[in-house]
Amino acid sequence: MSTLLPPPTKRQKTEIAEKARLQQEIESIPDNLGSVRVQFFDQATGSATGPAVSVPVADANIKNLETLLNTLQGNEDDERVPYRFTYQSQDKDNQTIDILADLYHSLLQPGLRTTEDTISLYFTPQAVFRVKAVSRCAASIAGHGEAILATAFSPVSSSTMVTGSGDSTARVWDCDTGTPLHTLKGHTSWVLAVAYSPNGAIIATGSMDNSVRLWDAKKGQSLGGPLKGHAKWITGLAWEPYHVQETGRPRLASASKDSTVRIWDVVSKRIDIVLSGHKGSVTCVRWGGMGKIYTASHDKTIKVWDAKQGTLIQTLQAHAHRVNHLALSTDFVLRTAYHDHTKKVPETDADKVVAARKRFEQAATVNNKIVERLVSASDDFTMYLWEPESSNKPVARLLGHQKEVNHVTFSPDMAYIASAGFDNHVKLWNGRDGKFITTFRGHVGAVYQCCFSADSRLLVSSSKDTTLKVWNVRTGKLSMDLPGHKDEVFAVDWSPDGEKVGSGGKDKAVRIWRN
Amino acid sequence: MPQNEYIERWQKQHGKRLDHDERVRKRQAREVHQQSKDAQNLRGLRAKLYQQKRHAEKIQMRKRIKAQEEKNVKSSAPDEPSKTPLPQYLLDRSQATNAKALSSAIKDKRKEQAAKFAVPLPKVKGISEEEMFKVVNTGKKTHKKSWKRMITKPTFVGNDFTRVNPKRERFIRPMGLRYKKANVTHPELGVTVQLPIISVKKNPQNPLYTSLGVLTKGTIVEVNVSELGLVTTSGRVVWGKYAQISNNPENDGCVNAVLLV
Repeated sequence: MSTLLPPPTKRQKTEIAEKARLQQEIESIPDNLGSVRVQFFDQATGSATGPAVSVPVADANIKNLETLLNTLQGNEDDERVPYRFTYQSQDKDNQTIDILADLYHSLLQPGLRTTEDTISLYFTPQAVFRVKAVSRCAASIAGHGEAILATAFSPVSSSTMVTGSGDSTARVWDCDTGTPLHTLKGHTSWVLAVAYSPNGAIIATGSMDNSVRLWDAKKGQSLGGPLKGHAKWITGLAWEPYHVQETGRPRLASASKDSTVRIWDVVSKRIDIVLSGHKGSVTCVRWGGMGKIYTASHDKTIKVWDAKQGTLIQTLQAHAHRVNHLALSTDFVLRTAYHDHTKKVPETDADKVVAARKRFEQAATVNNKIVERLVSASDDFTMYLWEPESSNKPVARLLGHQKEVNHVTFSPDMAYIASAGFDNHVKLWNGRDGKFITTFRGHVGAVYQCCFSADSRLLVSSSKDTTLKVWNVRTGKLSMDLPGHKDEVFAVDWSPDGEKVGSGGKDKAVRIWRN
Repeated sequence: MPQNEYIERWQKQHGKRLDHDERVRKRQAREVHQQSKDAQNLRGLRAKLYQQKRHAEKIQMRKRIKAQEEKNVKSSAPDEPSKTPLPQYLLDRSQATNAKALSSAIKDKRKEQAAKFAVPLPKVKGISEEEMFKVVNTGKKTHKKSWKRMITKPTFVGNDFTRVNPKRERFIRPMGLRYKKANVTHPELGVTVQLPIISVKKNPQNPLYTSLGVLTKGTIVEVNVSELGLVTTSGRVVWGKYAQISNNPENDGCVNAVLLV
């Protein structure tokens, strides 16, 4: 009788699986396919760039296409721009496909196009800088006497950050040295919301004591007394975008539990407009770059207001439960105004406005039209993607979460939407059409907030399970696990220049993370 | 598999009878008739016992109905804002007011090495073997050699315990003195929660008692804290934690313990 070999042990099996995973066969492109004609289009304007070019299929990968396109546009060696390519079919279904690695595997192999056709590729420039994943805790700063409820980085640089806390103060931190700069004392109850003005000069704080206060960001002094008017606590703040501000008269919108939104004149400290119309607590307010204010409320609606007259333009109804959070596709450019990655600040105020407007238009232009998309997260476990400019109906319904969706963000390049839910998952969606891309699994508690890095390649999420996690958007994998907080992490923010991540939570310590 | 779950085992292996649901339904439907008949016709001591049982059952039933009604009532008063600071997005949510939803802030303060051995009850009174064990002398052979012992203290018997043949059985752990749950107090929160016992880690009296699972004052037991939702600093869920028994279970009829944090 021949000897029967025992079945492989678990260790052997895992070893084999590991080996198979590592030695996955390299997807090669057959080299007998000849060449294919490619026509480039600018995603922003929709116009063709250069003539159609014949490209050998074997060499038609992203890297070579980038080089080709840079040459076509006449970019010098030192100003090469990385691009993302998408293919849009001309048929009725009008589907769009991202080119992930090369043309062969994305288009030719699935049979969408053949080498006979001319392939039209739409390109969008990607961030020319790259943000490194934060990997260590640079500082854990004690100071607050109670849990930290909100945090925001200055749009100017990553060296200052403000946090609002349950001990009724807000504190400004020097993140380079990990030391406190100023304590903003004045509120009589928890500070629920903090926001830097787009030029980084003023900090606004909203509190449980129904008032909003303004502070000088440099000196840490109070600018006048409290702005009173709300009957209940403040739930959110939004500054008027820099390029639509009247010169010398910036405005601030504050959303409150008393179901109104008040717009304050920051200089004269008076109420400019009161937006009333919601029937429930207003949870979130966003000020768009085209002079519109978007508000979400517990009464299941999202309302769009004119910021000049204070009139209601639209009511967006689709949600079946309270709306928790809103995100605009242009949030990032509006927040940072004229501060870009080069850190060059225009000299005069007029130049600043011009620069801010240019940045906004550059980011928001799709097919020669300025489009501002809106995504709303709700307690009905779904999200909706809206284009309020064109329609009252949602563009897409984003299904997949299994519990309330608490937080939603657009990536700075508007290509992705990330949503954090109480079902322990962070989900990634396509920012263009709302299609589901991937789920980031790893948290073992409810995920409270998430934030993209400035180059849209990384995402950080904060959770009830006391950790922060950094995710790689491209691969959909965990890039870095950041344990360290001793309790729930309520607030997280990634600095606009991508250097640092600041977080705070129930353990009363502010933590600053860097690479 | 626990020894007495032979019906469940059979059903797992062979499935239920085809008319199982029908029979259960009918039995339940007949139950009230049987109860009524018993209540009317029983006489003497049986009637007395029966009425006592019904009385207790009815009290339980009323309590349950009342609890159900209370649960359904919507409180008209506005929710009291919580005392602990919460971010805006958690403010209007009905928090799980369950005492079991503990904060993990107070949870794992990593103690230094010395503190690891500091327990709430450092010393216990010794218990002699005579007190712990009763000699069983039923049957001729047992009587002659007197090698069988009955444990007179409460014990924890694991779920997977299977009895050995009575002829070879040296220790008897009486069914009436077995415990599966402990009332565990979190010392810093002052919250008491009933949690299942996983195992007996150490009985300070005698290593033999540890292996027998005897629950006396000062015994360290491992309890299942998964429903408390504790998380380690690295973000993993904690499920087993040690607790020390703080009462004399044989006197009180329950196991009270203090969580070791």
